Amino acid sequence: MLDDFFTRAMLAGIGIALVTGPTGCFIVWRRLAYFGETIAHSAVLGVTLAILIEIHPVVGVFIIASLIVLVMFHLERRDSLPSDTLLGLLSHGSLALGLVIISFIPNMRMDLRALLFGDILAVSRLDLAIIWGCGAIVLGILACLWRPLLVATVSPDLANVAKLRPELARLAFGILLAVVIAAAIRFVGVLLIVSLLIIPAATVRRFASSPERMAGFAAAMGVVSVAAGLMASARFDTPSGPTIVVAALAFFAFTRAFRKKSINGARGL
Amino acid sequence: MAVKEQLPRQLKTLVVARDIGIRRGGRWIIRHVNLTVRRNEIIYLIGANGAGKTTCAKALLGLTDPDEGTVERPRSLEVGYVPQRLAMAPTLPLTLRRLMTLTGRFDQQEIDDALVSVGLENLGNPQVATLSGGELQRLLLARALIHRPDLLVLDEPVQGVDIAGTDALHKLVAGITRDLGCGVLLISHDIQKAMETGSDVVVLVPHEHDEKTGAGNLSRVTGRRSSGFSGGLTGA
Repeated sequence: MLDDFFTRAMLAGIGIALVTGPTGCFIVWRRLAYFGETIAHSAVLGVTLAILIEIHPVVGVFIIASLIVLVMFHLERRDSLPSDTLLGLLSHGSLALGLVIISFIPNMRMDLRALLFGDILAVSRLDLAIIWGCGAIVLGILACLWRPLLVATVSPDLANVAKLRPELARLAFGILLAVVIAAAIRFVGVLLIVSLLIIPAATVRRFASSPERMAGFAAAMGVVSVAAGLMASARFDTPSGPTIVVAALAFFAFTRAFRKKSINGARGL
Repeated sequence: MAVKEQLPRQLKTLVVARDIGIRRGGRWIIRHVNLTVRRNEIIYLIGANGAGKTTCAKALLGLTDPDEGTVERPRSLEVGYVPQRLAMAPTLPLTLRRLMTLTGRFDQQEIDDALVSVGLENLGNPQVATLSGGELQRLLLARALIHRPDLLVLDEPVQGVDIAGTDALHKLVAGITRDLGCGVLLISHDIQKAMETGSDVVVLVPHEHDEKTGAGNLSRVTGRRSSGFSGGLTGA
């Protein structure tokens, strides 16, 4: 079964969606979309580093992404610049630096298009193992960090008084995000990965009554979007990554349109 | 959760600050603050915006180390904190009952009891984002009470609450102090209200002292035990 490239692509996409759903909920709740973009953009520098020192691209992306997270935390405490300015600095700085360094590498063969938009159909068995392995680890750690992260989202002061160490949880979440993006970037690409984090979460928001349910619904919505997008991309011969995002967007738009009809009496949704 | 050490009921003094000062960016935010909170009493911490009320409370709770002076607090002190407002975005779905168990596990009966004690038992289980300012304050109070705190800290609890609601909230806090035998530190800028209640009042005056210029230290903290408010807002 794993010999079929389409099956592998489907399994990889489902594995990614199961993790980006719950992770993405925190991105939406804590308004971290631009933070996610920054880590995603740094992947270009990460892949360049991996080529330079001959390591696996996933490791290269993870190293650079984690560094960006640490630098961001440091700057946020020390610097008086607003955080979106700092993020822009790091985001475009690492992207540009990666592109410049690539041009110095002789005989460089890199498919920039695949890096930016993803190539989900090129998934190997090793890639599948990486995605599901990293995914399981991320979901496990996220479950452990759930309470501190949730309390810190509701009220950082409350988390501090309850000795939940919200700063540490926030840093750990940044590193988890680096893992997610490192594992997923080859398949959805630098420019599209954040959409898999935020669109499913945004779509299911009004159907969820608790944070835990929203995380579960977002994972399910991500899986449905990946499945629908991949099948559509096979049927219409469109690029797989963008088609998945369009599918996710279509579900979002559909549930919004549906809302207008049932708005009377739909309290608190 | 591990079995928690409980603070003995006979221990009356909950937190003592001795001459504490906190400096940020070369400037003293608060200085020479002396304050004691005991069981069964409400201490009002009053001051204008920027007088360092929140900074002072953070030092008492052990969230900030003072640059000067000491804070004494028993290790097993259970603090119930009622934040001024919630930072959460409306995208976070959170019901009233789920908020009650945010920082600990409690059974339905304990949640019901806490909600009854603040008069929210008939509200059902709505989303927190749909509550009014007064309802939210009561809910946050109930959330703190469910932990059976020794020390209750309320940060500007009457923000966004109307006058009738303010009176009700003050009565509620007074009743809770009696029932629970806890100490209360209430941060507020409403000096009039603090005086009416006859509780002890500590006034923080914005600190003008600048180390570079060596200008006179204008900070005064007026702490009066047992005799209500005394002293002026302008301090020196």
